[in-house]
Amino acid sequence: MVSKTEHFTRALHWRALSFKLLRECWQLKGQLFSIALVVATGIMTVVTMRGSYESLVQAQQQYYNDTRFADVWSSLRRAPESLREQIQAIPGVALADTRVSFLATLDLVGLDAPAQGRFVSLPETRRPILNDIRLIRGRYVEAGAPDEVILSEKFANARALGPGDEIRAIINGRARDLDIVGIAISPEHSYTVPPGSLLPEDDRYGILWMGRRALGPAYDMDGAFNEAFVKLAPGINELAVIDHLNDLLEPYGGYGAYARLDQASHLMLQGELDQNRVMGTAIPAVFLAVAVFLLHLVLGRMIATQRGEIAVLKAFGYRDAEVGRHFLTFALVAVFFGALIGTIGGVLLGRVYIDVYRQYFDLPDLHYQLSPSLLLIALVISLGGAFSGAMGAIRKAVRLPPAEAMRPEPPARFTPGILERSGIGRLLPASGRMILRNVERKPLQAFFSSLGVAFSVSILLIGLFMFDSVNHMIDLQFRKIQREDITVSFLQNINAAARHDLARLDGVTRVETFRTVPVRLRNQHWSREVAIQGMQNDGQLRRIINANGAIQTLPAQGLVLSRVLANRLRVAVGDTLEVEMLEGKRAHTSVQVAGIVEDFLGVSAYMNLDALYHLSGEFDVISGAYLSVLAAERPQLYRQLKNVPAVAGVASPSSMLASFEQEMTQSLFISVGFLVGFASVIAVGVIYNGARIALSERGRELASLRVMGFHRREVAMLLLGEQGIITLLAIPLGWLIGYALAFAIVQGLQTDTFRIPFIITPRTYWLSALITVFAAAASALVVRRRLDSLDLISVLKTRE
Amino acid sequence: MQENSPAHTKPAHADIVLQATKLSKYYQMGEVRVQALHNVDLSLHQGELLVLLGASGSGKSTLLNILGGLDVASSGSLFFGSQQLSHASSSELTQYRREHVGFVFQFYNLISSLTARENVALVTDIAADPMRPEDALALVGLESRIDHFPAQLSGGEQQRVAIARAIAKRPHILLCDEPTGALDANTGRLVLNVLDQVNRETGTATAIITHNAAIGSMGDSIVHMSSGEITQRLYNEVRADVEHIEW
Repeated sequence: MVSKTEHFTRALHWRALSFKLLRECWQLKGQLFSIALVVATGIMTVVTMRGSYESLVQAQQQYYNDTRFADVWSSLRRAPESLREQIQAIPGVALADTRVSFLATLDLVGLDAPAQGRFVSLPETRRPILNDIRLIRGRYVEAGAPDEVILSEKFANARALGPGDEIRAIINGRARDLDIVGIAISPEHSYTVPPGSLLPEDDRYGILWMGRRALGPAYDMDGAFNEAFVKLAPGINELAVIDHLNDLLEPYGGYGAYARLDQASHLMLQGELDQNRVMGTAIPAVFLAVAVFLLHLVLGRMIATQRGEIAVLKAFGYRDAEVGRHFLTFALVAVFFGALIGTIGGVLLGRVYIDVYRQYFDLPDLHYQLSPSLLLIALVISLGGAFSGAMGAIRKAVRLPPAEAMRPEPPARFTPGILERSGIGRLLPASGRMILRNVERKPLQAFFSSLGVAFSVSILLIGLFMFDSVNHMIDLQFRKIQREDITVSFLQNINAAARHDLARLDGVTRVETFRTVPVRLRNQHWSREVAIQGMQNDGQLRRIINANGAIQTLPAQGLVLSRVLANRLRVAVGDTLEVEMLEGKRAHTSVQVAGIVEDFLGVSAYMNLDALYHLSGEFDVISGAYLSVLAAERPQLYRQLKNVPAVAGVASPSSMLASFEQEMTQSLFISVGFLVGFASVIAVGVIYNGARIALSERGRELASLRVMGFHRREVAMLLLGEQGIITLLAIPLGWLIGYALAFAIVQGLQTDTFRIPFIITPRTYWLSALITVFAAAASALVVRRRLDSLDLISVLKTRE
Repeated sequence: MQENSPAHTKPAHADIVLQATKLSKYYQMGEVRVQALHNVDLSLHQGELLVLLGASGSGKSTLLNILGGLDVASSGSLFFGSQQLSHASSSELTQYRREHVGFVFQFYNLISSLTARENVALVTDIAADPMRPEDALALVGLESRIDHFPAQLSGGEQQRVAIARAIAKRPHILLCDEPTGALDANTGRLVLNVLDQVNRETGTATAIITHNAAIGSMGDSIVHMSSGEITQRLYNEVRADVEHIEW
C-alpha cells in the first residue's frame, strides 16, 4: 500500500515536473511548433485527401442506390416491350427495365453550330424501375403532356435554360418546340461526351428526358424499346447474365450488353475515384511516414541534449519511469497540438477539396465527412513515431548512472576519416573541414536528415511532374494527333461521296473521312466493346502517334490497338482477335493485331479505311469527317452545317482543349499548392530542428569562435554549412525518390479514360530543388538570429 | 619562500598597449544594481606578463572581458593604442578581437572536429600576418601531436594547443582566464611555462587571471582585486622561474 507521505511526495514531484515541462515547452516552443506542424501535415493529408476520397465513394454509393443505377446495360435496334418479361426472367436478374433513347439535332438560340441532344424516355405514371433521375428544379413529366422535357443540369446551365423555357429539337425530321418543366441529373449522364468528341461540350450537347408515350411514337417505338437494363440479384456474376441477355437481344439487333464497369459515366467517375484513391493513399502515406520519421529523429536528438537534466532528476530520486513519462509528455504535447492543427486544417481543406470536386463530379450527396477511424489511425501512427523516437533517447539517457550522466559527454571523438584518406581535406579551409567532419562523424544522422529533406524534394517533384505530364498529353493529343479544326459526325453512315459536298462548304481546305464501326473484340474469354476507327491511309489531320511522339503508320491490314486495350484483351502484335460487328450485317470475323500504340486518352482500335470496308462488307460509307477550316470562315461554316440534316454534331479540338485545360489546371493548382506547402513544412521541420539542435550541441564551440574574433556571418556559416550540405545531399536523393514515386503513381493511374505519361522536365527538377532550398534557407535564417544572442562570456567559464 | 619580493614601484617599461581609466561596470539584476567593477585604472605594456589575482566574484573576469572586447564598461575609458574601445560597436569589438587579442580559456574550448593543426589554422585563416600553424604548435612543444584530434590529447596538451591557437595570429594581447584551472599541478606548471616562454619570445602583452596567488611570482606585475576594485599592484623585479612555483 502506498503511504500518505509517498502520495504527497509523488504529487509534489509531478507538480514540480509539470512546471518544468511547461517552462521547457515554452522555451522550446519553436522546435515543438515545427514538430507539431510536421505531425499536423501528416494528419492533415490523411484527413483531407483520404477523407475526401472516402466522402466521394460514399456519395457515389448513395447516388447509385437512390437512382437504382443499373448493373448491366444494353442497347438494340428495336424489340417489343413484351421482351421485358423474358429479360426479367433471366436467372440472377433482380430488376429489369426498358426505355427508348435517341440522338436528335437541337436548334439552339444563339448558337450557330449544330447541337445535339440525347432523348431518353421516362415512364409518365411512375418513376423508372432502374436509372432514375434526380430532379434539381421543376417537376417530373406528366402523362398526357407530349411536349414536356426535363433537361440535364450541365446543359441547362451552359445554355441558361430553366423550367418555363422552350427548346426546339428536330425529332425525326420535324421541328418541335418542347416545354422545359424540370432540370435533373443522373449518374448515367454525369459525364456526357457528344459523339465524335473525347470530352464533354456542355453548351452543345445535353440530355433531354421525355415521357415514353410522347417519345415512343415519334421514333416508331410505340410498345417497343431500344435500351434495356438489369439490376443483378446479390452475389450474381454479371458475365452469365450478359451472355444470356446477348442471346436474347441478338434477334432484335442487340449491340452487345455490357457491365456497369464499361458504362461511360461510371467509367469516368471510377477512373477519377481510382486516381483519387491512388493519390489519396500514396501522398498521405508518404507524409505520415515522413512525419513519423521526423518525430523520431527530432525528438530523439532533442532529448539527447537534455542528458544532464535527466541525470539531475535521477539524482534527486526520480524513478526512471517518472523521468521517462516526463519526456514522453514532451512528445505528447507536440503530437497533441499537431493532431489538433492537422484535424482542423484537414477538415477545412477537405471541405475546399470537396467544393472543387462538387463542380467537377456530379454527385448530389457529396459532403465532406471525417471518418473517425481514419483520424484514429493517423493519430496512432503519429503517436507511435513520437514515442519510438523519444523512447530511444530516453532509454539511453536513463540507463546511465546519474553521476556519470551529470558529467558532460566526453569530447566528441573524431578520427581521421575519408576526408584525410582521400586528401580532399587538405584542399579545404579549416572551417570547411569542420563542417564536413561533423557530417562524416555521424553519417547516419546526416543521412536521415538528408532523407527527411529529400522527401520534401520528392513531394514537390511528384506534384510538379503532373503539370509536365498533362502538358505533354495535351500537346500530343491536341497538337500532334488531333490536327483537324473540326470533326463532323453524321447521324447515320452516309455515302463517301459526301466528302465532295463537305469540301465545297465555305472555308473548308481539307477533308478526310472516317468510318467507325461498333464491334466486340474477343480473345478467348476476354472481350471488350469498342468502335473500330477506319482512317484514310494518307491522313494528315488525324494521325496515330506513339507516346514518344513518333507517327505510327497504319498497316494495310489488321488492327492497331491502344496499349491498354491490348493489355485488357491479353493480345500482342501478331495475335488474332475475334471481331463481332454490332451494326449493319453484324458479321463475325477475325483480324490480326498489326500494331500497338501507346496513347493517353480513351481506348482506340484503328484500321485502314479500305480494310475496314472489307471487314464490315459495307463499302463507301463514312461516319464522319475531319476538316481543316479557315478561321475567318468558321462561323459561316457552322451555320451551314447546322442546316444539314445528316450532320449529328460538330466537335472542335480547340473547345475540347479549353474545357480540358480549365478542368485540369484548376484541380492541379489546388493539389500542387497543397504539396508545395507541405513540402516546405517538411524542409523547415528538418532544417530548423537540425540547426537548433546543432546550436545546442555546439553552441560553446561557436561562442568560442566568436570570442576569438569570428564574425557572426562566419560562425553562422559553420553552423548552417552542415544543414546546407544536408540540403544539397537531399536534392539528388529527393529526385531519385520522387522519380520512383512518380513512376508508381503513373502506373497506378492507368485507366481506360486516360493515362498519364511519365514525363519529368528539367524545370520540374530544378523547381523542386529550388523550393526546398528556399524553405531550408528561410528556416536557417531564423536559427541564425539566435546565434546573435550567443552568450560569449559564459563560454569562458562553463563547460557545457 | 620567494626569491624576489615584489615592489610597489613601477619599473620603466615599453609602450602601453592597453590603457584603462576609471572603468566601472554595473549589472542590473532585476531591481538590484550589482557593481562588478568600480573605478579601475590599469595599463598593460608591450612584453609585460600581468597576473590578475582575486577570489571568485572579485571582478577579475569582468575586467578581463572588458579588456578583451567581450563586454563594454558602463563608464570610464579603454584605449587600445589610440583606438577608443569604450564606445565601440559590436562589430568593431569583433574586429578588435580578431586582429589583436588572443584568448586562452579554462576549458580549452578546442573545436573537437578539428585536429591540433586545424584548430590553429582556423584562426590563422582569418588573420592578416599569422605564424604557420606548425610553427605555433612547435612553440608550445607539440610538433609531434600536430595531426591529433582533441579527443586524442591530454588536458595539458589541449591547453597548449589552445595557447598555440591564441598566439598564432601574433596578437598584441594574450588574455588567459584560469588557464590552469582544470589541470593538475605538474601539467599546470607545464602550461605556465609555455605562457612564460611565449611571452618572452614574442613579446606579446599577456594577462593571466587566476585565484592561485603563487602564480603571481611568474609575472612582471601582480594586480590584486577584491569587490570590483584593484586593491594592490605589485611589480616583480625578476620573474620567478615557473618550475619553482609552489602550488
